[in-house]
Amino acid sequence: MNLASTLIPLPVLVPALGAAATLIAGRRPRLQRLITLAALSVSVTACAALLYLADRNGTLVLNVGGWGQSVPGMGPLGITLVVDRLSALMLVVSSIVLLAVVFYAIGQGVRDGDERQPVSIFMPTYLVLSAGVCTAFLAGDLFNLYVGFEVLLSASFVLLTIGASKDRVRAGISYVMVSMISSLIFLFGIALVYAATGTLNMAEIAVRLDDVSAGTRSAIFAVLLVAFGIKAAVFPLSAWLPDSYPTAPAPVTAVFAGLLTKVGVYAIIRAHSLLFPSGGLDPVLLVAALLTMVIGILGAIAQNDIKRLLSFTLVSHIGYMVFGIALSNELGMSGAIYYVAHHILVQTTLFLVVGLIERQAGASTLQRLGGLAAASPLLAFVFVVPALNLGGIPPFSGFIGKVALLEAGAQIGSVLAWTLVGGGVLTSLLTLYVVTRVWTKAFWRTREDAPQGHLSAASPAALIDEPEDIQFVDRDNVGRMPVGMVAPTGALIAVGLALTIFAGPIFSYCERAAAEVLDRSQYITAVVGER
Amino acid sequence: MTTSFVPLVLLGGLTAAGVYLLLERTLTRMLLGLLLIGNAINLLILVVGGPSGNPPIRGRTSDGYTNTADPLAQGMILTAIVITMGIAAFVLAMAYRTYRLNTEEEVADDPEDAKVSEFAAKDIAAVEDDRPQAVPSRDTDAPDELDALPGHEGSA
Repeated sequence: MNLASTLIPLPVLVPALGAAATLIAGRRPRLQRLITLAALSVSVTACAALLYLADRNGTLVLNVGGWGQSVPGMGPLGITLVVDRLSALMLVVSSIVLLAVVFYAIGQGVRDGDERQPVSIFMPTYLVLSAGVCTAFLAGDLFNLYVGFEVLLSASFVLLTIGASKDRVRAGISYVMVSMISSLIFLFGIALVYAATGTLNMAEIAVRLDDVSAGTRSAIFAVLLVAFGIKAAVFPLSAWLPDSYPTAPAPVTAVFAGLLTKVGVYAIIRAHSLLFPSGGLDPVLLVAALLTMVIGILGAIAQNDIKRLLSFTLVSHIGYMVFGIALSNELGMSGAIYYVAHHILVQTTLFLVVGLIERQAGASTLQRLGGLAAASPLLAFVFVVPALNLGGIPPFSGFIGKVALLEAGAQIGSVLAWTLVGGGVLTSLLTLYVVTRVWTKAFWRTREDAPQGHLSAASPAALIDEPEDIQFVDRDNVGRMPVGMVAPTGALIAVGLALTIFAGPIFSYCERAAAEVLDRSQYITAVVGER
Repeated sequence: MTTSFVPLVLLGGLTAAGVYLLLERTLTRMLLGLLLIGNAINLLILVVGGPSGNPPIRGRTSDGYTNTADPLAQGMILTAIVITMGIAAFVLAMAYRTYRLNTEEEVADDPEDAKVSEFAAKDIAAVEDDRPQAVPSRDTDAPDELDALPGHEGSA
């Protein structure tokens, strides 16, 4: 337990201190990069160790500052950090993604960067973002979860509007406003929870909510669901996402797409299974999941820009996770947890690949792309593996996750559940159609066949991009893809494939995590003690 | 739990006004809307934290109230205020940036400066008269005194 209590704060503490250090080292980019890489590596190691400990010893709890229980059977006085199997898995996957993306960003900055780039802001903000994400996953306290959200959101505002070009400021305004409204709704929910239970500790809320009447409970849950639904981009609340993500630089979009919505999904899992386990709103969630899947993917079909297209598939696949959560059975929950891990990796990888496509071909819209398979077989390879994975082609992890979810839906067997199963299959096929469309247009056909194939952006843009169209032939030769950008992409593909190769042990881990999440007594006992 | 009616009405009014402002397209009004809703929610947390009148220090009494006031509600409000303030600063910076990007930035002339330049214009005209005038027929590749004039640097 001693080792665990040392490790638990590290994923928050180290990036936060790293952010301070990089801010001080603002004029020394090399030192900044070194600090960032070191901090995130420490974070990955700590998270991996926590995963092992949480799987072996069960739920780990740390009362920050030693402000533990004053009365046995009551919640702790101070802030509690809790690591169970679910949050440990989330921590490991997200810290790996954060590390890989920062490698990519450094690789891009080193090769294509120039003096104007605000890299001195990028690294500290990125580290604050990592600290915020880890805080949200570790929080055992509703208000601390809110603070974690705010930390990651504030950092994401800066990252999204980095360089403050016209497009980014426009996208940033709607993103900031929508995020702030969701945060206010969350705070409203917290106030209601506090009114109903008089505590903020999640384990204690879970105990005390049992005495609250069912109607009040559903009302509070609905408020929290709206707040988390906006963050996770569940259908009626998802319109902000494809509007704001694509304008950011590639590494930023990649990390947003991979992590930020999943933090919302994680919060939905916690609220749904720990705080409000009665499942009163499950039909609503199921319908929302169906609409998210189908409408999201129909939106993706209509897109021409690969970044926007992928943003729509991101929205669409959130539906799968909500589907698994709303089924409220163990297989559904384990499928959802596995799918979250899979989707974080695959979506981040795809956005990194789009960054590579933009760099090499000078465009990310399908109207301008063509002939990439011939131009760069390596680029084609790094696109096609995660793309097929997203589409759910059998050997890959997307298939395993989807099969688990569909099976869980069949286990429930209600009409609504079968409709969801049908919707899930349809979405999977349409996803395959969408990525195949990108493949045939951007990779298979020649560039002359593209309607605007003769145009391209002037130069590879790293963090700032001021798009300027020139004739494709006039574009300077950008050379081979930088190793610093391909290697992290390849590493993420490898981790994604590891989810397939070690699917047995990983899925059984997800089953244990789901069992732990659904049987809330372990979590409650670990935090509050025996009652 | 009993709560007083006035704060509830007040927070309802604040929220309504905030939502109305948020529906505007102007960024500053949207920000004001956010702040109003934020304040409404802070008020809600305060109302939820217990009745008024309790002493904030443990073991004291105040006008016959003996229960200690709930410090957690105040802690939450403080945190929320600080967060909202930071975000408000960011939104204002963004509003300024949009303004810079979307409107013609013309810094108005200083009236005193304009007068000075009017006087100066007469002097400059006098100076211009003294300058050698360019004659295109005389302009050759060979170096001559005209090369000093802008636009006549030894052009063919």
